[in-house]
Amino acid sequence: MKDAFGLPQSLLVLGGTSEIALATVRRLIARRTRVVWLAGRPSPALETAAAELRALGPEVHTVAFDALDPGAHEEVLGKIFAEGDVDMVLLAFGVLGDQAGDEREPAAAVRVVQTNYTGAVSAGLVAARALQAQGHGSLVVLSSVAGERARRSNFIYGSSKAGLDAFAQGLGDALHGTGVHVMVVRPGFVRSKMTEGLPETPLATTPESVATAVELGLRRRSETVWVPGALRVVMSALRHVPRGLFRRLAL
Amino acid sequence: MSASTAPVTTTVTGWGRTAPTAARLIRPRTYEEAAAAVRECGARGGIPRGLGRAYGDAAQNAGGAVFDMTGLDRIHAIDADDGTVLCGAGVSLHRLMEVLLPLGWFVPVTPGTRQVTVGGAIGADIHGKNHHVSGSFSRHVLSFELLTADGEIRTVGRGTPLFDATAGGMGLTGVILTATLRLLPVETSLMSVDTERASDLDDLMARLAGTDHHYRYSVAWIDLLARGAATGRAVLTRGDHAPLDALPARARTRALEFRTPRFPAAPAFLPEGLLSRTTVGLFNELWYRKAPRARTGELQRIPSFFHPLDGVPHWNRVYGRGGFVQYQFVVGHGREDTLRRIVRRIADRRCPSFLAVLKRFGEADPGWLSFPLPGWTLALDIPAGLPGLGAFLDGLDEEVAAAGGRVYLAKDSRLRPELLAAMYPRLDDFRALRARVDPRGVFVSDLSRRLAL
Repeated sequence: MKDAFGLPQSLLVLGGTSEIALATVRRLIARRTRVVWLAGRPSPALETAAAELRALGPEVHTVAFDALDPGAHEEVLGKIFAEGDVDMVLLAFGVLGDQAGDEREPAAAVRVVQTNYTGAVSAGLVAARALQAQGHGSLVVLSSVAGERARRSNFIYGSSKAGLDAFAQGLGDALHGTGVHVMVVRPGFVRSKMTEGLPETPLATTPESVATAVELGLRRRSETVWVPGALRVVMSALRHVPRGLFRRLAL
Repeated sequence: MSASTAPVTTTVTGWGRTAPTAARLIRPRTYEEAAAAVRECGARGGIPRGLGRAYGDAAQNAGGAVFDMTGLDRIHAIDADDGTVLCGAGVSLHRLMEVLLPLGWFVPVTPGTRQVTVGGAIGADIHGKNHHVSGSFSRHVLSFELLTADGEIRTVGRGTPLFDATAGGMGLTGVILTATLRLLPVETSLMSVDTERASDLDDLMARLAGTDHHYRYSVAWIDLLARGAATGRAVLTRGDHAPLDALPARARTRALEFRTPRFPAAPAFLPEGLLSRTTVGLFNELWYRKAPRARTGELQRIPSFFHPLDGVPHWNRVYGRGGFVQYQFVVGHGREDTLRRIVRRIADRRCPSFLAVLKRFGEADPGWLSFPLPGWTLALDIPAGLPGLGAFLDGLDEEVAAAGGRVYLAKDSRLRPELLAAMYPRLDDFRALRARVDPRGVFVSDLSRRLAL
């Protein structure tokens, strides 16, 4: 069960090698989390992540999970929930893709969208149903400011996150009053493996800062969390910039 | 199933309004309906709930059933000569006072609110300002009827394992249906109250330890925002039921009248941060200054002496949407250093807490998970949104556990489960009894899930 501060005792991460997710898990382990499920494609990286978390004390399990295989989501997640309550599901999988390459190769673009959006819709709905059956829990969805307004430089990724963000907001409204809390997290540029070598945008942040913001959001039962918080203002201004000008902004 | 018991799925919280979870709310009106509700509660079990005054998650059951016991609200029999009452578990202490005071009887123990049920009072084994004299609520319970997981109704008498597991057992042994209580005879419905100020914590503890035995009721409101030499300054209010001859002649004909003031309820939406260090600091300063240095024999009504907050319905809303946490712990006699250290830590931390109370407990009662220990108990309300509060309270827990003390489960919403066994040495007995009486785990609450009770 979560405590008065929204801190979970058990945690399922979908996308178990995500740096943001792992930073969040480490932070929550330092508080109350004692059981962690890391779901992801079987890989040495997943096992390493699990071993590193195990060293911090909790019981850590790894589970084979593929965002691109929605047909299996029901079964994979069902098995986890059958083992006991999951207080928080962190939907963290996602790929950045390669904008230029994906524009040339539509099949690759589709894979980005299928992972970030279709996979998340499937896993999100399955997780939501399980959380609703247990009458409590948080579904924390890692969205991105990239979904707030599509930019020339990464609109394929951005559009997938826009879809995910809209989906998660709607899901949150659908689950209002069911004891299940859906929180959409919109980080800006996060310095991590995924963004290695990319030019940083202003207000860049770190996985640890996202983890801090998630903990705060859980306590406040927030529905939307921006990281850093200033992005909320910045993005609300950017949303209203005319297209012609927006196109020419070096973002 | 009749309309009155048709379950409604709704989100439920404790009085602190933190950690809402969804459950089917079922309100049985008869034993049969209660038995049916327990039988049909499903895989995620059920938990009895009274008037929802437990601060944390004791009367919530995510995804399962919550039995609203306020439907069993009959007072079945009163023995006005011997001073006992047999009543349904859903009867509130408020109702008992309304009925019993005109007959010259009072409830044996009342907490800071009248809005608790008899079943809840046993389940949390509540205490009041008279703990140093009268012990906790269960000491005055002669027997109760318990609906257990097998659907049987058992009459449970004092001195049995089931009685001791149920007193303070947070509703996890079964559903209490009725209880027989021993009452306290009173001549009037007024209190004779002595008020005095203590200039700091040591002064306060000396006064409580030195003269508490002169009073049936004793409590100290403590200013936890005062620092330096004034750390732990307090206002003591102690008293007893006023004898008839203490009343002016005119008032003696209406000596047993029970009247309760009622103010407008707190509005449903209040901004967060209303209770800040500034506002609470100001309130505490005024409260301390307005108290007389020493006054004796003041006549007060029962609500203003025992239940000042009951006058404002939904006062818990003043903490805003984020809710609040109540932290109450006890440490034994001889552990005054721990108490001093904790008070200093709270004062240094500047927690905006305007309802902090210090009390000296008397002898403990046998309930396995009953909270009181002979020693000192401090209770304070803190807005849940205070940054870093979780880790801060974890630190206080460590001190309390190291001193052989414990925190109160009826108020808890955040204890680290690992510390529970150290705080409650009879926990294993409790678990073993539950495994025997309720092998399928029918009775479950968010509290029992969180702390693996």
